[in-house]
Amino acid sequence: MRHGWLRFLPGLTLLLFLGPIAAGLIGTLLPAFGYLPALGGTHLSLEPWRALLAAPGLGKAIGLSLLTGISSTAIAFVLTVLLFASGHGTRAFNRAKRAMTPLLAVPHLAMAVGLAFLLSPSGWIVRLISPWLSGWQTPPDVALVQGPFGIALILGLVVKEMPFLLLMTFAALGQIRADDQIRMARSLGHGPVQAWLKVALPQVYPQIRLPIYAVLAFSLSVVDMAMVLGPTTPPTLAPLVLRWFNDPELTMRLQAAAGAMLQLLIVLAAIACWRAAEGVIGRLSRGWLIDGRRGGDGRIARLFGWSGLAVVVSLAGGSLAGLAIWSIAGRWRFPSALPDRFSVKTWMAQAGHLADPAWTTLAVGVAATALALLLVIGCLENESRQGRMPGLGALTLIYVPLLIPQIGFLFGVQVVLVWAGLDGGWIGLVWSHLLFVLPYVFLALADPYRALDPRYARIALLLGKRPLGVLLRVKLAMLLRPVLIAAAVGFAVSVAQFLPTQFVGAGRLTTLTTEALSLAAGGNRRVVGVFAILLAALPLLGFALAAAIPAWRFRHRRGMAIGAPG
Amino acid sequence: MSGLELEQVSIAIDGKTLFRELDLTVAPGEVATIMGPSGSGKSSLLSLICGTLEPAFERGGIVRLNGRDIGRLPPERRRVGILFQDDLLFPHLSVGENLLFALPADVRPRAERRRRAETALAEAGLEGFADRDPASLSGGQRARVALMRTLLSAPHCLLLDEPFGKLDHDLRAKVRRFVFDHACDAGLPTLLVTHEAADADAAGGPVITLHDGG
Repeated sequence: MRHGWLRFLPGLTLLLFLGPIAAGLIGTLLPAFGYLPALGGTHLSLEPWRALLAAPGLGKAIGLSLLTGISSTAIAFVLTVLLFASGHGTRAFNRAKRAMTPLLAVPHLAMAVGLAFLLSPSGWIVRLISPWLSGWQTPPDVALVQGPFGIALILGLVVKEMPFLLLMTFAALGQIRADDQIRMARSLGHGPVQAWLKVALPQVYPQIRLPIYAVLAFSLSVVDMAMVLGPTTPPTLAPLVLRWFNDPELTMRLQAAAGAMLQLLIVLAAIACWRAAEGVIGRLSRGWLIDGRRGGDGRIARLFGWSGLAVVVSLAGGSLAGLAIWSIAGRWRFPSALPDRFSVKTWMAQAGHLADPAWTTLAVGVAATALALLLVIGCLENESRQGRMPGLGALTLIYVPLLIPQIGFLFGVQVVLVWAGLDGGWIGLVWSHLLFVLPYVFLALADPYRALDPRYARIALLLGKRPLGVLLRVKLAMLLRPVLIAAAVGFAVSVAQFLPTQFVGAGRLTTLTTEALSLAAGGNRRVVGVFAILLAALPLLGFALAAAIPAWRFRHRRGMAIGAPG
Repeated sequence: MSGLELEQVSIAIDGKTLFRELDLTVAPGEVATIMGPSGSGKSSLLSLICGTLEPAFERGGIVRLNGRDIGRLPPERRRVGILFQDDLLFPHLSVGENLLFALPADVRPRAERRRRAETALAEAGLEGFADRDPASLSGGQRARVALMRTLLSAPHCLLLDEPFGKLDHDLRAKVRRFVFDHACDAGLPTLLVTHEAADADAAGGPVITLHDGG
């Protein structure tokens, strides 16, 4: 039953997605030191760094990146902890958790555009309180969106990253028998919040460490959300660097490459600081773990946790509803809460412009997801046939694309693709999406795949089925639900990609994300609404299919129902 | 009235009665045994007393501990200690820290807390084990630490949910004796759930047998 070729798959997979990243980093590092033969740079120098450090607004941009990136990660983490500590095991919490999955599916950019509609001076929130409460007859002069402190950007990042941390924490809790241990802690007299903080959190944290670092790295270097919600003069570092990359003055690319390297250093330094803080907090809290204090019934934690959740959910819901309404709005004067009339005129007018990017989005998403599924299932199947699990090292490698800021290596990837004649083509685009789709597909599928009772496959083999038949007709058939969810996750990740499409598509291939972002700058809310709502709808459709297909397929199989034992 | 009293206690799920109108009084220092096949609701009864029964279950009757109706209290305020088949020692804490976790905060200062934990370990025949990783202990040692941990939390009664089920034959009798003796010395009303007749014999108290479907 040993398939020779399957044993090379993990290596091939790592090569396929670590290779481009390594090449991309080198392809960015060399220009950062002046070496870029295509632009005439043939010897190493520090000139790009001198230009970078002299760039106006650099210090402020760095400060804004640190402020928005670290505070949004910290808020999302603290909210997650509060919610689990005060809600673990309650029915309301389980319902809230289910409401998080669709939030996870909505691309960052769609959420950002929706939030901008909601929070801007002429946005929905101001309209809802005007003029009866606020007295405003014209939009007020308050700058939350693109305002100086990045408040809207922080909110946007929290809305998108908290659901991710929530679901990762939930998955990690399943590994440590948290329910039993918390029940034990409570029978020893500890209140619900203290029980979770003292028993579950210390065990769960090491397992959600990498997801937290991924959130930190992402928040510190986000481009699309920052361009819509963040400050503009200067913006945070990553959009500033992108601006330089896109400068018509080609030598600016050397300075931009140095900026990309600086962004990488900032992310790595922030992760190192976070890691150091973990150590300090861990040591300081050692005595608190065993001081015997029981804590109360946790009503304060509950109040803050659930208020935070309510804000996140209503901002997200309001954003999506706002997008939908703007896309079908007719005349809509300022203080009115709703348009005077609705029409599908914008949709009709934009249909022609929508078709191409929508098709590209769909095709790239499906191709990258299918490839990722093939590789991930191959790796997992190899692992189960070899009978050994890869260590933590392999898991860290899977996270590499999520820990390195995209802007830090995508320029280098572009340089390599131009050199190989693959820029602006489908192969390069699908490959660049695969770098980010693959880790998420792996994370979504690995646990269910490893949890499947190996005896089913053994019995099928003993019944005379060939290994491939067993894989397809027993294992994958039983794992239909997690496989489809992993596919939906992968597709959603692909749909949301902005920078890979921007750098690798080279303007020849555009997706809904790149189109929506360039339209967002224009400010026609109806048109932006049409693109953004379609952008949000595609991944949601994927998740709906992932839920509906197994439900229909297994409608006469009680043992395959959600929550069935095994 | 001291001790654990169950009055007309019943549990049902989805309209199916697990048992009905159970009356039982366990005096301090006494070990009562509940026997019955799996699915008869033994463990659900213990969950009901601890306050961790899932909301989907319908329950009736009154549970009193030392004369106080504890039915509406959250689990942490019932003063009900419980031991399961798994010892559930917290894997992120050392053996000593597991005990300190359970010791009430009003035991102070820190030197006194440590002394109490060490005394408990000595009683369990585990002197010098405070800094050990729980994972490095044998099954019997872990079972004894789990009992000491529960006793240090100063419960008013003790529930035993098949706590000897995973121990092999020789160890079983020893650990059982150890648990019963300590519960007795502490004057705790103790309720044991098991399907082993030998456990019930060793307990020496009243035995109630639940039947499938009440």
